[in-house]
Amino acid sequence: MIDDFPLFPESASTVSGSVDALYFFLIAVCGFVSLVVIILIIFFAVRYRRTADNQIPVEYKEPKALEIGWIIAPLFPMMIMFLWGAKVYFTIARPPDNALEVYATARQWMWKFQHVGGQSEINELHVPVNRAVKVLAASEDVIHDFYVPAFRVKTDVLPNRYSTTWFQATKTGRYHLFCAEYCGTQHSGMIGWVTVMEPAAYQQWLAGGVTEGTPGALGKVLFEKYACNSCHNAESGSRGPALDGVFGKPVSLRGGAIVRRDENYLRESILNPQAKIVEGFEPIMPTFKGQVNEAELIQLIAYIKSLGASTEGGGPATPAKGVDGATAPAATAQPGSAASPSLPAVQPGVAPAPDARGSASGVGTEGSGSSVVREAKRP
Amino acid sequence: MTTAVIDVPEIPEVEKTNYLNQEFGVMSWLLTQDHKRIGILYLLSVTVMFLLGGFFAVLMRLELVTPAGDLFSSDTYNKLFTLHGLVMIFFFLIPSIPAVLGNFILPIMLGARDLAFPKLNLLSWYLYMIGTAFSLVVVLLGGVDTGWTFYTPFSTSFSNTHVVLMIIGAFVAGFSSILTGFNFIVTIHRMRAPGLTWFRLPLFVWAMYATSIIMLLGTPVIAITLSLVAIERLLHVGIFDPAIGGDPLLFQHLFWFYSHPAVYIMILPAMGVTSEVIAAFTRRRIFGYKFVAFSSLAIAFLGFLVWAHHMFVAGISVYSAMIFSLLSFLVAIPSAVKVFNWTATLYKGSISIQTPMLFALGFIGLFLIGGMTGLFLATMGLDIHVHDTYFIVAHFHYVMVGGSVMAYFAGIHYWWPKITGRMYPEWWARVSAVLIFTGFNLTFFPQFILGYLGMPRRYHAYSPEFQILNVMSSAGASILAIGYALPMIYFAWSLKFGKAAGNNPWGAAGLEWQTTSPPPTENFHTTPVVTWEAYEYRPEWGGSNV
Amino acid sequence: MSDTQPHHPALKHHFEDLGQQHEASTLGMWAFLTTEIMFFGPLFFAYALYRSQYSEAFVEASHHQNWKLGVTNTAVLIFSSLTVAMSVYFAQKNRHKALVVALALTLVLGIAFLGIKAIEYHEHFEEGLFPGSHFTYKSPLAPRVQMFFVLYFVMTGLHAVHMIVGIGIFTWLLIRARRKEFSLEYYGPVEVSGLYWHFVDIVWIFLFPLLYLVGRH
Repeated sequence: MIDDFPLFPESASTVSGSVDALYFFLIAVCGFVSLVVIILIIFFAVRYRRTADNQIPVEYKEPKALEIGWIIAPLFPMMIMFLWGAKVYFTIARPPDNALEVYATARQWMWKFQHVGGQSEINELHVPVNRAVKVLAASEDVIHDFYVPAFRVKTDVLPNRYSTTWFQATKTGRYHLFCAEYCGTQHSGMIGWVTVMEPAAYQQWLAGGVTEGTPGALGKVLFEKYACNSCHNAESGSRGPALDGVFGKPVSLRGGAIVRRDENYLRESILNPQAKIVEGFEPIMPTFKGQVNEAELIQLIAYIKSLGASTEGGGPATPAKGVDGATAPAATAQPGSAASPSLPAVQPGVAPAPDARGSASGVGTEGSGSSVVREAKRP
Repeated sequence: MTTAVIDVPEIPEVEKTNYLNQEFGVMSWLLTQDHKRIGILYLLSVTVMFLLGGFFAVLMRLELVTPAGDLFSSDTYNKLFTLHGLVMIFFFLIPSIPAVLGNFILPIMLGARDLAFPKLNLLSWYLYMIGTAFSLVVVLLGGVDTGWTFYTPFSTSFSNTHVVLMIIGAFVAGFSSILTGFNFIVTIHRMRAPGLTWFRLPLFVWAMYATSIIMLLGTPVIAITLSLVAIERLLHVGIFDPAIGGDPLLFQHLFWFYSHPAVYIMILPAMGVTSEVIAAFTRRRIFGYKFVAFSSLAIAFLGFLVWAHHMFVAGISVYSAMIFSLLSFLVAIPSAVKVFNWTATLYKGSISIQTPMLFALGFIGLFLIGGMTGLFLATMGLDIHVHDTYFIVAHFHYVMVGGSVMAYFAGIHYWWPKITGRMYPEWWARVSAVLIFTGFNLTFFPQFILGYLGMPRRYHAYSPEFQILNVMSSAGASILAIGYALPMIYFAWSLKFGKAAGNNPWGAAGLEWQTTSPPPTENFHTTPVVTWEAYEYRPEWGGSNV
Repeated sequence: MSDTQPHHPALKHHFEDLGQQHEASTLGMWAFLTTEIMFFGPLFFAYALYRSQYSEAFVEASHHQNWKLGVTNTAVLIFSSLTVAMSVYFAQKNRHKALVVALALTLVLGIAFLGIKAIEYHEHFEEGLFPGSHFTYKSPLAPRVQMFFVLYFVMTGLHAVHMIVGIGIFTWLLIRARRKEFSLEYYGPVEVSGLYWHFVDIVWIFLFPLLYLVGRH
């Protein structure tokens, strides 16, 4: 019966507990105030009921202090709500640096997830327990919304830019994934499952997955296919800025503005190269809008990030090594989760799919919630 | 205070000619410039739209009895909730209290013969009817499926339904609302009876004044924003569609800049009605009159500064989210002030629980829950979880249906004797009030739980574990439907069989109770001169129906 | 109060006296103009947002504007504001003939403005700058240039609609002025319509530099 008629959602992430605590605090405060007001209304209505037709109540002087009091008093609990709420919001808005990245592409009406190891799945997301997972999401059409109630996280997924959210699951199991922003006919069918697995089971799942190649490796192929390196190289006098180690770093633009080169910056620079020109370079890059799709953009960005990661590691920038090194810092920075070994090592040097675009949009659209990869056993 | 002399003009109890029988014939109604007749025209037309919007709601609740989307197709369901929202918000809630009760009562409360611009008032009704006609055409052609929020780029580039026609309907209806607000502001400023100073005004007038400010300043923004959506659809250019260089968040900012204050267009008049009814049925001046009056203006002002709390998960910066969260808490203060003052008014009052008072007390209870759950949504960390779930659906129905519609019914029952000169059957009216209150809570309280469980709104089919709460909600909706149907029957009955009301059946203060029921065409035989404070009750007013 | 003045034919039944009626209509127009500001507001807001994001494209687009025609139109409107102010003055002074001339002149200037605007629209259309399927402009920045022209056509188009309404109102005033309906006692309609006309002019004063003079020094 309880399974059929739940009154409270499962709490399965590191933030869900703090959101629930906030919720109970508000219920307590608001419930108390409502109860006092309702009891007073009922009490007054009975106590001061009219007894004679022409009865006129006695006038009394209205105490000003009372009025001022109930203007000021609510401010205190409200400020607690505000500050506490802001604190929780900031936690959810800021993914930890060592989070495992998952790329999500939303389209009418399905979710596609790509793992750093190259596995991809439709309407299913497999993640390890006790490990922070950052979801980097973009939409191919309208606004969608990535929502996992058990984790208490939600973010609108907009076209033409990346939205991020993150969670760290604390319990293994299968949890609802909903699209929470109305997106057209099959909005209520744009649902899926997040499967949280023990690290070992997760590794097994990763190993069994069909992979098209890691996004970084696929990105390298694209990078060469579009001859990006003919301009973006480290040689002096090159026509475009070198990309080794630039990810996440600030750069000064023409006109003096300084921006951080994050995912959204790289995305814009590929699709609208004229929008932001790096100081010292000419606006000569053509747009790649219409040539690269969402999945390929993610791959290109993953590749550029990998260039950054290997430089951070201190070694010379060699793209081939960078692909594998992409998530190495993430894995090593998590000594607490000893059972979670370096993930990409599972899929070294995978051959890239010949046509990444076709595979990004062609699979599993009718899958009604089935995984392309394979159904993982519930741990 | 008891020494003030009250000038009550001598008026015969039974008035032979009044605004209803001064002229006859269809044209005397369609071309009338009398604010009372225009109020009646609005009453009839918003009732039709309420029935239409309610019909859509019934169909939705029927679909949601089972988890599978088995009764309608997804497209049909999406059109149902879109049309339900559009009809109820633009064609029922926004015009309900202002255009029906405000139109009828406001000039009489001011001791004026009419609104300042009677022709514009009639034009406003015609614009409303043209907007209605567009929306009915949309319904007949197959509907629209964008959600009442018209979010881009879905509405501009993806929906294949009649978005442009619906936008024209909402645009035209918007102008009807602008004209009403504009007329009220000028009338309140310039046409008060001699002696009727600002602080002698009934609180309903203060509320309507604040509402009118929002209508004037907010409505044009939505009008032009929706026009841009239509232009984008027609020309295939990108203003809001990111694929062509536009910014979908710009649309959301502009949309909520109006649509959040629009909630106050619905709730402020409801608060005004509640103040009138509570004063009348406790026979006391509202506790903290000036605080209640200014809180209306504070709500109107702060209401314009909180729109982005609808966008906490839409991708705005964390710092702007913080500012809007803080301001959203502040707007709760003037609403709380009103609730506390109404409660305090009951203290040592002479309380008579008749139908309007039942509805008004019901309003306070439901608005309390609606308003308090608003705090949950202003709390940023919590909003992430409940945003776009049934928690939101429950919250705004508590405010807009539990709040505005309850107060609308309170107002209609309170002023019905003045409007028609007849009393409705009190017993049936109380039954209806209790049914509406019970049915409402049964319908919408489970939705708070559903929302926190994570059921997203606008879902045609849902996960089986949500079924029991949805069945409860649908069961409540059927009780609610009976509750709403009853008044239509007994009000119609009362027109012929109701007993004569007399000028002041409640023994209430306010200029509207000092003219005849129904009032003559120019409201008063001689312009009243006000020498008393607001809500100064006199035993000699008695009340024939108390 | 109403006894001190003879019952003027223009006094509406629901007002106590002409003073109250005049105050009501003036306040009404001011209230209406605040609505109008909010009506144009979102367009200016969208303009500000996109101009800051796409400043280069906006400069490029603005260079396709015929600034000479823009300047001429600005002059025409400023002059029409003068004739409107004169018409209120003549109405108050009971100078019926001069009032008719001032109103007629305003009408001529208003129509001239619209005529020049039509020429400009025609030029843009010929150049392929009208947004949508007719937009044939070629440049790396073309999509953003189109955004400029969307805003340009919406903003000036909305302004032109206001001009057309204004011309309608002034035609009605002209007819009434020829019947000598306005006088020192009753000149409200002239004054209130004048407020509207000035407002429409002021909107243009903002539109002109924003749409014609981007990036010109």
